[in-house]
Amino acid sequence: MIDFELAPEAKAKIEEAHEIAQNLFRPVSRYYDEHEHEEPQELIDTMWEKRGKGLMTGLGMTGALMVEELCWGDAGLYLASPGPGLGGAAVFSAGTQEQWGRFLARFNEGKPKWGAMAMTEPGCGSDTSAITATAVKDGDNWVINGEKIFVTFGHRALDLSDGIIVVWASVDKSAGRAGMKSFVVEAKTPGCRVEKLEKKLGIRASDTATVVFDNCRVPFNNILGKAEVKSRTEGFKGAMATFDATRPIVAAQALGVSKAALDMLKDELDKQGIKIRYDVPRSKQTAIERDYMEMEANYRAAKWLMVRAVWMMENKLPNALESSMSKAKAGRAATLITQRAVELMGPLGYSRKKLFEKFMRDAKINDIFEGTGQINTLIVARRVLDFTREQLK
Amino acid sequence: MISFSPSEEQQMIVNTVRQFATDVMRKKYRDCDEASEIPADIIDAAWELGLAVSCIPEEFGGAGWEHSALTGTFLAEELAWGDLALAMHILSPSLAIIPILEMGTAEQKKKYLPPLCAGKFTAATAAFIEPRYNFDTNDFGTVAKKNGGYVLNGEKCYVPLAADADFMLVYAKEGNKNQCFIVDKGAKGLTIGEREKNMGIRALATYELALKDCNLPKDSRLGGDKGCDFNRLANLSRVALASMAIGVARGALEFSRDYARERHAFGEPIGSRQAIAFMIADMAIEVDAARMLNWEAAWKLDRKEDATREACLAKMYADNMVMMVTDYGVQVMGGHGYVRENPVELWFRNGRGFTTFTGMATV
Repeated sequence: MIDFELAPEAKAKIEEAHEIAQNLFRPVSRYYDEHEHEEPQELIDTMWEKRGKGLMTGLGMTGALMVEELCWGDAGLYLASPGPGLGGAAVFSAGTQEQWGRFLARFNEGKPKWGAMAMTEPGCGSDTSAITATAVKDGDNWVINGEKIFVTFGHRALDLSDGIIVVWASVDKSAGRAGMKSFVVEAKTPGCRVEKLEKKLGIRASDTATVVFDNCRVPFNNILGKAEVKSRTEGFKGAMATFDATRPIVAAQALGVSKAALDMLKDELDKQGIKIRYDVPRSKQTAIERDYMEMEANYRAAKWLMVRAVWMMENKLPNALESSMSKAKAGRAATLITQRAVELMGPLGYSRKKLFEKFMRDAKINDIFEGTGQINTLIVARRVLDFTREQLK
Repeated sequence: MISFSPSEEQQMIVNTVRQFATDVMRKKYRDCDEASEIPADIIDAAWELGLAVSCIPEEFGGAGWEHSALTGTFLAEELAWGDLALAMHILSPSLAIIPILEMGTAEQKKKYLPPLCAGKFTAATAAFIEPRYNFDTNDFGTVAKKNGGYVLNGEKCYVPLAADADFMLVYAKEGNKNQCFIVDKGAKGLTIGEREKNMGIRALATYELALKDCNLPKDSRLGGDKGCDFNRLANLSRVALASMAIGVARGALEFSRDYARERHAFGEPIGSRQAIAFMIADMAIEVDAARMLNWEAAWKLDRKEDATREACLAKMYADNMVMMVTDYGVQVMGGHGYVRENPVELWFRNGRGFTTFTGMATV
């Protein structure tokens, strides 16, 4: 039966996340936007403590909707909060039980820790088959060399905690995608260092690092998945399967920022005594009413596409198409909604005294990371047309 | 618990209607459009499926299925996927059935529902829209005044099957509230005009009509003394039309998808180029997006909650979506999309109508 009602326990968790967003994130939102690279230590400690008490519940429905709430508070601060992150997600989906114990147990004990994923390089982003980083087997070790950029949580995972970073490297360049494997590198491993922290348009509280691997040695069994290179692209498919699970989460982040802009806009309109008359014909509506309805409809449509993708994953239904749909739609919707909110508020929207301009800057990343809007549209197109990557480049 | 799985009943309706749409509607819709006429055998075949009357209780001659707006969205989407004009014709009895079923008095149900289940398609309809650019459901130009009974004055348009219907519902403003009145065929003061000629839905017979001092008996007001819940009826209609827009758009998406796979240019399928492939992807995303919004609105209506906001958002979104998707459908096919040998130009014409189709269907 089609149902849009959340389970009561999910509702309670989402409410809890909203309170954290309201009371912990929002009050320091502007400060950490204006003080890039400063650690929001109190927030980190609180979030770590809440995590220990079972705040976050993974990548399922409740988790996704909690992410939306936290990003309603502040998308940058959500991306500063400690936890296993994308690196952890990769270990969880492609690792063995032994690896779960060795790499993931740390996220449930001791001081705050972060997990990161290193895929993008200076010379390649969406085209991950062009990765130049290498991993060479040497006795009982892998020796990793290469440079990774745009690593979210890279600095916090490696320098500020005993975290992990999952790095993608080729074990056999002649094998193309099939030679692409992922390796777990623990913090303080010699030969692995953060070289640069990016200064960004938005989500400034989130650290985005350049990580250099210079003859970095890790134990042989730090490889995720099988070491042998098959003619098929099995290893790479592991990464893509992780994306099927994480893309709706990025959509949820986009939706959180969108909802923040919508709610704040609604408050301002209420103050001016402007009500949205939903059932008035278009020819009689004001431009603001038309814009608001378009923004709200886009938000809700994108939200249910995200919820559907997560629901499919939870029900073990293949969701590569729906997951990419939700990411493409949410990224686009967030871009539209936050920019329109700035426009509608005029100088108030553009001013740094209010948060509208920040929402617009924060929202944009969601149309870029975890696959740009275009890459996700390409994935949707291939699935709908039933074309391979060779048939539709 | 969140779920996007249709019920068994909904899935059965989808399967049955899709089969009918494929085997019957899709074979004949072009001829119907060209001739502005629907052969009786199509209507009879649709009648056999019992679509419009299934929710009428058994005591009045129906199948007694539970009335559900959500189930109705599946039915309307599949029928409109077959053809919009045929879908509106087939579902037109619902325009009378649903309001009477939900809000009619016991006498009104007893009088008007059984004849509609009488073994063959029986036309019944509703007069909702008025012929002006700024038509507004919050300000009907058709006015009802109490005078012992009621007297109606005003003009309506886009009334499906008005010439054939034994009775129709007429929406009007009474005081500062919207009400609905049951008007029997041949009522004095009711003049049914010429059949309308429109850009799309050409196979559907629609009419303008005028009400001039049309006197109605006291018991003609839907719901009697209580009157009707107009907002709910308007929302049920919005959800129905949004479903139909989604059905039309899905047809255009599937057709241009197949064309983009088969049509070759520069040595490969045109769908192998991102310029075309991205249009197809956007069509697919937007069709699904509109359906999500519409399901939510219908789901809320089934819970008997006020869904004005959700239904208005879903309708607005679907109106925009169907125009964009059918336009892309023509564009993907280029000149082949413009000729009447292919269906997309028809869907494009039908798609444009949705912003004006208010109250022309319900679920």
